[in-house]
Amino acid sequence: MVETSDIRVVRCGGSKVNLTPPIISSDSRFVLCTSGDLVKVYSTRTEEWLHSLQGHTNQVTGITLNPANHLQVYSCSVDGTVKLWDFIDGILIKTFVIGCPLFAIYVSEKHTGVLFLHVSMATDSKNECFQLVSVHLPKSAEQEVEAKEMSAVSSHISKNPSCTAFGRGVRVHFFFFLVWKGAKNAFTCIACHPTDDCIATGHEDGKIRLWRNFIHKKEYTYSTQHWHHNAVNTLCFTPEGTHLLSGGIESVLVQWQYGAGNRKEFLPRLGGSILHISASSDGQLFCTSHSDNKITVIESSFKVCGVIQGLVKGDAVLTDLMIDPRSKALVLNGKPGHLQFYSLLRDKHLYNLDIVQQEYIYEAGLDQFEVVKAAFDIKGSWLATVEERGKKSSDLEFFLKLWAFDERTQSFVLNTTITAAHTDRIISMCFSSSEETTMLVTAAEDSQFKAWCQGADDQNFWSCDFVGSYHKLNPTNCSFSADSSLLAVSFQEVITIWSPDTWEMLTTLCQPPGVIRDLCFGRLSCSKYLLGTTTKNLLCCWNLLTCELEWSTSVDVSKLQPDPFSENVAAFSYQSKHTDLFVFKPSEPRPLFTNKNVCSEKVHRAVFVPREEPLNSCDESTQWLNRSQLYFLTQNMDLLTFSTATEEDRMLSSSKQLVIDDSVAVTPFYLLLGKHRQQQQKLNTQSHPVSDKPQQTQGSVTIKELLHTPAHVLPAASVLCSMFVNSFLISNTGEMDSEKEEEDSEEEMEACDSQQELRAQGSVDEVTPKLSKAQERELKRVRKTDFSWMAGLIDSKP
Amino acid sequence: MGEFKVHRVRFFDYMPSGIRALAFNQDTERMAVARMDGSVEVFHCSDRFFQEKIIPGREQCGIEGLSWVGERLFSAGLNGGITEYDLTNQKVKYTIDAYGGPIWTITGNQQGTHLAVGCEDGTVKLFEVNEDQIQFERNLDRQKSRIISLSWHPSGSKIAAGMMDMIQVFNVETGHSIHRMLADRGAGTSRSKECVVWSVVYLSDGTIITGDSVGMVKLWDDQTGTLIKSHNVTKCDVLALSVSQNEDSLVAGTSEGIVVQFQFVSMVLEKDDKEWVRTRTFRNHTHDIRAVAEITTAVVSGGMDAQLVVRPLLDKIEVRSAASALRKIHFPHRRLVSCARKSGLMLFQYPGHLELWRLGESEGKGTPGSSLFVKRNPEKLLQLKVKGEDHIRCSAVSPCGGWIVYSTASTLRLYRLHCDNNNISITKISKLPKVLSSANQLCFSSDSSHLFSASAQSSVHIASLSQSGCKFVGTLKPKSGSHQAIHLLAASEDGKWLASANSDHEVHIYNLQTQKAHCTVPVYSSAVTAMGIHPATNCLFMMHADQQMFEYSIEQKQYTDWSRTVQRKGLHRFWVERDTPCLNVMFNPQNPSHVILHDMYMLCIIDQSLPLPDDKTQFYNQLTLKSLTEEQRKSQSHAFKVCKTFKDILCVELMPDQSLVVVERPLEDIATQLPAPIKQKKFAT
Repeated sequence: MVETSDIRVVRCGGSKVNLTPPIISSDSRFVLCTSGDLVKVYSTRTEEWLHSLQGHTNQVTGITLNPANHLQVYSCSVDGTVKLWDFIDGILIKTFVIGCPLFAIYVSEKHTGVLFLHVSMATDSKNECFQLVSVHLPKSAEQEVEAKEMSAVSSHISKNPSCTAFGRGVRVHFFFFLVWKGAKNAFTCIACHPTDDCIATGHEDGKIRLWRNFIHKKEYTYSTQHWHHNAVNTLCFTPEGTHLLSGGIESVLVQWQYGAGNRKEFLPRLGGSILHISASSDGQLFCTSHSDNKITVIESSFKVCGVIQGLVKGDAVLTDLMIDPRSKALVLNGKPGHLQFYSLLRDKHLYNLDIVQQEYIYEAGLDQFEVVKAAFDIKGSWLATVEERGKKSSDLEFFLKLWAFDERTQSFVLNTTITAAHTDRIISMCFSSSEETTMLVTAAEDSQFKAWCQGADDQNFWSCDFVGSYHKLNPTNCSFSADSSLLAVSFQEVITIWSPDTWEMLTTLCQPPGVIRDLCFGRLSCSKYLLGTTTKNLLCCWNLLTCELEWSTSVDVSKLQPDPFSENVAAFSYQSKHTDLFVFKPSEPRPLFTNKNVCSEKVHRAVFVPREEPLNSCDESTQWLNRSQLYFLTQNMDLLTFSTATEEDRMLSSSKQLVIDDSVAVTPFYLLLGKHRQQQQKLNTQSHPVSDKPQQTQGSVTIKELLHTPAHVLPAASVLCSMFVNSFLISNTGEMDSEKEEEDSEEEMEACDSQQELRAQGSVDEVTPKLSKAQERELKRVRKTDFSWMAGLIDSKP
Repeated sequence: MGEFKVHRVRFFDYMPSGIRALAFNQDTERMAVARMDGSVEVFHCSDRFFQEKIIPGREQCGIEGLSWVGERLFSAGLNGGITEYDLTNQKVKYTIDAYGGPIWTITGNQQGTHLAVGCEDGTVKLFEVNEDQIQFERNLDRQKSRIISLSWHPSGSKIAAGMMDMIQVFNVETGHSIHRMLADRGAGTSRSKECVVWSVVYLSDGTIITGDSVGMVKLWDDQTGTLIKSHNVTKCDVLALSVSQNEDSLVAGTSEGIVVQFQFVSMVLEKDDKEWVRTRTFRNHTHDIRAVAEITTAVVSGGMDAQLVVRPLLDKIEVRSAASALRKIHFPHRRLVSCARKSGLMLFQYPGHLELWRLGESEGKGTPGSSLFVKRNPEKLLQLKVKGEDHIRCSAVSPCGGWIVYSTASTLRLYRLHCDNNNISITKISKLPKVLSSANQLCFSSDSSHLFSASAQSSVHIASLSQSGCKFVGTLKPKSGSHQAIHLLAASEDGKWLASANSDHEVHIYNLQTQKAHCTVPVYSSAVTAMGIHPATNCLFMMHADQQMFEYSIEQKQYTDWSRTVQRKGLHRFWVERDTPCLNVMFNPQNPSHVILHDMYMLCIIDQSLPLPDDKTQFYNQLTLKSLTEEQRKSQSHAFKVCKTFKDILCVELMPDQSLVVVERPLEDIATQLPAPIKQKKFAT
């Protein structure tokens, strides 16, 4: 049981984009938001994710534009560093090491070289007490600087970033509130007017107060405005100061005319409740971030012009994590009453499928329909969902719905709604995995399980085929074997095995003490095994041929997840405040892979996602990740995954490529260029159908790297060289089977190979002359392409 | 404490009249209030808003405007006359006709030389204020529509007038119009309706602020005659505006019952470019606010719901105290009920008539707190309508129940009441002595043999009553002091002493046997709200507007020891912080150490034999005392026993049979009789 270092847990896509207020770049072209330990840069026009600023090792907690240079952005993180980025090129400029976890960052135009940060108060970090400190940034040319010159500004402030705001004026006024003015008057957020000395505060009871004359101890005055019926979450003045924007749980963006009393405009139905609002510096764009992990880009004319949707995370994921067999998208609860389809590969929200098909009312404390169960059949042509309402109250309402995939519209269409599938809550649901007949089995708390089949008539509606029960016990789980020849249904402490063809109970297994929690069949070579976990901390494995308990171990498994593409089974166990992962094959009770302390929360949801291209790692500990990747969701709703070292290398190299900016304004010059590029591409494809392409892209990337990067941020020459070589290496290894390389580059290939060998020996110094040679050749090619480009340009000109 | 049978009287249908106009006098700190029924009241702002003076109204006399000129108070109304009031004797001094039809507004300039009135016929008339009278001087340029509101420029050289659909600025010298500014009508359906400029305020920097029926508060520049800024305050009318003395704050009252404050604040701190910004909103009224006034430390507003609301501005108050709390004045600070103790009769005073009721009787005894079965229902014996147009100023029924007297501004009438079981007859005493022509306050002696009538010059006339009629006996005059009208009289049980209190806070004591002034109680800074002479000890017990209490021994001509103790130890915080004055002082003949007091919210018995509470002791301690044993109770109890069972009390009287009469007038009942307020949506945008 050696912990392997080359597999590590990473926060993968789908992190919260709504943690901090998004910022809009001063030219309104980019939206920046924190997302896990990244800062993501989106285009405001196309809503596309352009690139991310990668470098922090923990949650990024705040970003703010550098007031001295509007192309730079500061970010702070729990890892105790503040980083300065060039966000257009995605280059890290500087790192300031502060040394303690940071929770928010503010800058002021009046204070150059000073950052204001939220740090947790050392004395009582448990009570969520924070203090605001100012940090003087030392002037130094080094990449990494320690900034220790801190001075406390104020203490006992709220963690919420909307609770601190900067004023204007010679003196800087800080405002923070943790004052409780009566039960319903508590402050929730604050904003300062950009030109006037006026502070807007939002309150728990939905009121907004505008304070003036506040430096006087007694003669301050305020006016009250009221529209929100619940707490005001956020406030933001437009840069001109003519309007005040406010948002709350109602998910209505309210625009108040400053100084004109009650005149206001509304932008309703924005989705989740509004958490943050930010405005671009020219006042042309607003950004709202919502509780459903979404950023909405809104024009100043109050029209929504873009939605950046992250992985929707509600209060809880009630369904399992699933993989849509067709799109390979991750499927889970999304917006209330919806299932969301999320592409893990592109880290992009694909679409929401409306399951409940009812209007959702954004108000606290309402009991509304929620999707609680969902299952796909093996081909992805059927989807079964269960929605229910009345969890707390006794009158439970629930529907079982079956959805058919419609090839024409490429989406799921409601086929059958079963209103009273069971008399009590459905506990578990699974499709049979055979190719020929699809069958759905539901197990419910009314101590029955039912099998549902598609009717024989043209309508193809689903109806009940069989009702089974066992000694009036409540079922806890059900599962089909890999070939659908067996159905296992657990009734409390007893597992019953049924034959779905004849509906005959084959046998019962009742070894373990404790109620069965999870149940799964082994796959492929291990399909004779049945695994089960109980509430009494037992993991058991039965041999179905002998109907005997093969082995059992005492481990508290909170989630048992079989890999559909291998024999492997992953088990998450929660013990003493951290979760451990064991990966094992049912045939042998020895874990293949163990990872202690995966995370500190309990893991209830996990899924194996098939890889697009399998890895071929031979290391035993990473082998289980070859064909599929394990994603899991913690109680804090963080989606985490395991990544191997090789994979990370690949990721890193690809991320170093500079992203072509899609959002270039459509100028005549752009049109000219674009036309030319297209022509060029066409030409290329015509002349050298296959062979020229990879080379072309490689060349263009490096050229761009060289030409587009500003000289002052260009890394050292040695770094550039290794990058060159790396790009060659990848083209070599990645396309092993496509041996059709260019004739004239064969010698080059040899050079690369030799170089690789040299590298393997570890003698870097000797490489330098050869590298320059390679670079020369590269540059030659650059020149070649450049000439053609120029020629094209001249041609296209009249 | 003691147990009482209580007559809970709720058949006095007193209806306060709506407030129409307010005028604040900065120098004397007096607030004049004009009501719909034509009565004018004067409140003392620094003496806890005690209602010092009441000048009853007349039928058909709608006051539209009030204005102070120096210490003189003028009013004008829709009957077309301008009235000056004699505040010393609390009556109308004279009324002159302006000959311009109904008058909508009256305002005096700050110099105190002229009064301007706005008339229905479209003229602004200037009156010169002379020593004893006012005299018509001239008309300003006549306009086509009526003048609704007027405001002088503080320099007195210009007048802004609000009219239908427009605002005119006049030069006072020439009488010509300088500017004409058109007020916008509202959008949509209200476009066909005229925009009424209900209120206008002229600031010294040349800004004119108007409030109109479209719901806008607009700021105009008088140099250019252009609109500077407009604030949409409400969907209905802005009826009243008032600016503070230093012109940095403005309040607007609307017909929705809200008061909106605007403040002149600098938008950027420490710079001088100031702007009028809407700030706070006060919601204390349910109906239209017809008048607002911003005084030094508070916003005073009054309207159709007949309550005067004093909302303190906390930013202007140095020390927060009971004197600076939110105050709502519902009832007059005078007694409207008098009680014939010996015969169980109640006399209720309405503005235009009197009602005489006999109290009901109940059966047996019940447990404390339970209601008894009513054997005989209370019965209305008599309704006496007033002759003439004047409203009743004061009234009284004699303790024996044989005499009823009332006085208006012009006449005093005395009636003999014969009551034989179910037969009630009343005879007017026709030949009254000439001196009894009008009274400020009336009082009978305890044996009903004499009538005391307070009249002009702080004097009290005595008339003896007998079967044959009424005979003038003599006049009691104070040795010296002011000539303010007397508002309280108290006669001793043994018929030997009479005490009178006037609105200059003076209390004079007369010996009735010698008919001479006996002594004068040292003048205290706060007005006397209630007083009574103890039947056994002949001590005068006085309650003041600032909730202080004094006991003065008439015979020894000095404060009693108990009174000195009270002053030395001070009163409990909770007692001093009450916001309504005590209106009656009674003594329990069964228990001479008990003094019974009441205000609008509570009934209190002071046991002079028990120790006084200090600020640390629990003031409302009845419940705790109940749970204690007899021994502990003794150590815990203090002099003040407060009963809050009854609410909205108009009067409490102790009957000889140890029963209490509590006359209540629940505010909810008043609210139901008010006209319907403007309908407002509570929810939705």
